[in-house]
Amino acid sequence: MTELLRIEGLTVTPQNAPDKLLVNNVSFTLESGKTTCVVGESGSGKSLTALSVMGLLSSQLRLAQGKVIFQGQDLVGISNDELRKIRGGRIGMIFQEPMTSLNPVLTIGKQISETLIVHQGLGGQALKARIAALLEQVGIPAGRASSYPDELSGGQRQRVMIAMSIACEPAMLIADEPTTALDVTVQAQILALLNELKTRMNMAMLFITHDFGVVADIADDVVVMFRGEIVESGPVAEVLHNPQHPYTQALLACVPDADGKRPLKPIDYAWLNEGAAA
Amino acid sequence: MSEIILSARHLTKSYKQRSGRFGLGATQVKALNDVSLDLKQGSTLAVVGESGSGKSTLARCLLQLLPLDGGEVLFQGRDLAKLSGSALREQRRFLQMVFQDPFASLNPRMRVGQIVGEGLLIHQLGTQEERHDKVVRMLQRVGLSEADMQKYPHQFSGGQRQRIGIARALVLEPRVVVCDEPVSALDVSIQAQILLLLKELQQEMALSYLFISHDLRVVRHIADEVAVMYQGKLIEQGSVESIYDAPAEEYTRNLLQSIPGRRALAA
Repeated sequence: MTELLRIEGLTVTPQNAPDKLLVNNVSFTLESGKTTCVVGESGSGKSLTALSVMGLLSSQLRLAQGKVIFQGQDLVGISNDELRKIRGGRIGMIFQEPMTSLNPVLTIGKQISETLIVHQGLGGQALKARIAALLEQVGIPAGRASSYPDELSGGQRQRVMIAMSIACEPAMLIADEPTTALDVTVQAQILALLNELKTRMNMAMLFITHDFGVVADIADDVVVMFRGEIVESGPVAEVLHNPQHPYTQALLACVPDADGKRPLKPIDYAWLNEGAAA
Repeated sequence: MSEIILSARHLTKSYKQRSGRFGLGATQVKALNDVSLDLKQGSTLAVVGESGSGKSTLARCLLQLLPLDGGEVLFQGRDLAKLSGSALREQRRFLQMVFQDPFASLNPRMRVGQIVGEGLLIHQLGTQEERHDKVVRMLQRVGLSEADMQKYPHQFSGGQRQRIGIARALVLEPRVVVCDEPVSALDVSIQAQILLLLKELQQEMALSYLFISHDLRVVRHIADEVAVMYQGKLIEQGSVESIYDAPAEEYTRNLLQSIPGRRALAA
């Protein structure tokens, strides 16, 4: 039960429209060895929240307010050099598209080595051994280090991304929709792998997703976002089975269940807006 | 239950794929390997499978948007593959498609009224006035308004664009609609709206749907029958209950067990 990350009053606006709150006063904490899922629809601000934590907001946007306290240090306002030392080192990252995140003209071994050289100064045999060990850890034969990204399947590419993100044994892993582009059987494998790594390495995981099914499989805690704000948060079992906020209830009723027993009920936004105003 | 409206017999289709160093070699990929299926009048047949299973090739071959290598597609007893240009065009009115990407499948330079009305114009159905009225009624039925006819696709959200795509397909009063991943690009709340709309329209217009999807949760809600594809072959086919409750094939079982949140969200 050690608090690793505390987000306090995070607020993001466009540079040229400071009144438009894309992320509005968002606060939550992450603990080591636990997965927190931020779930919401497009435009809810879930990805912007993750990008803010990493200091990777586009130049069109501004972190207007808030603190991102990671291991006791506020990451907001520190220099880019300092941030670069933390990103890829103590904070690992994986994104949705494994093809666009990998360089097509470098072997995957070469790409994994970059992090290790920059952050840990490894070289020679030690570097080779570490790359082999990392590939094995994510379920890819060590011999594939000399392969290029186009020689791998989508699931294998995402495994390579995971190997890169955990190369420096980060204290926290940020995963933004890492399985959305994958087939359902591959998705199940990748979720199982992430879960296993989280436990074994005692990482905190910040997992961004739009899929409540994925939430149910991987989350310890859930943060539900809607139009830039947190509407509800808590342990996964409580939020999924006893949702308190009308939006969470409505959103869950839209999710088709695998048994087909519950009728689908689309969100009545007029009713929701009234409820929010009341 | 009822008569078969569309029937595929022993469909085959292969693609040449470049392979080897610098793509100098070529291998044949069998996208469809002896696929046969029947779509019953007024029902929904879902074709499920992962990427590369051949499900989208199947959709396109059924509508003769891609030429088949072999096999026949019988629509109301006629073999579509044997029909010539004009005879096939006449039939196309009754065989419509709703596409996955509502951003890519609507011409950005055309107004919504033109997009939805174009099929009526091509098939010369009714007078100009009648066509206009049909387009208006169809747009209203899918939840849009007459004023929307003057707008361009970029002025709409993803869910609204999918409604336009549905209106475009259904204004021709087709018999069979092939829906290729129609809700995959949409948020879950919008997805629910579109699925319910498709179901209502099926009842009202006596439509038969061939529903292509990789999402087994969506299929459970919309389909009457399910066909499972794997590497170009149709490996299992049956009623939605029988496939979900008692899958015969190992691959189907694996697919069902991979549905995220299966146990936790059952409730």
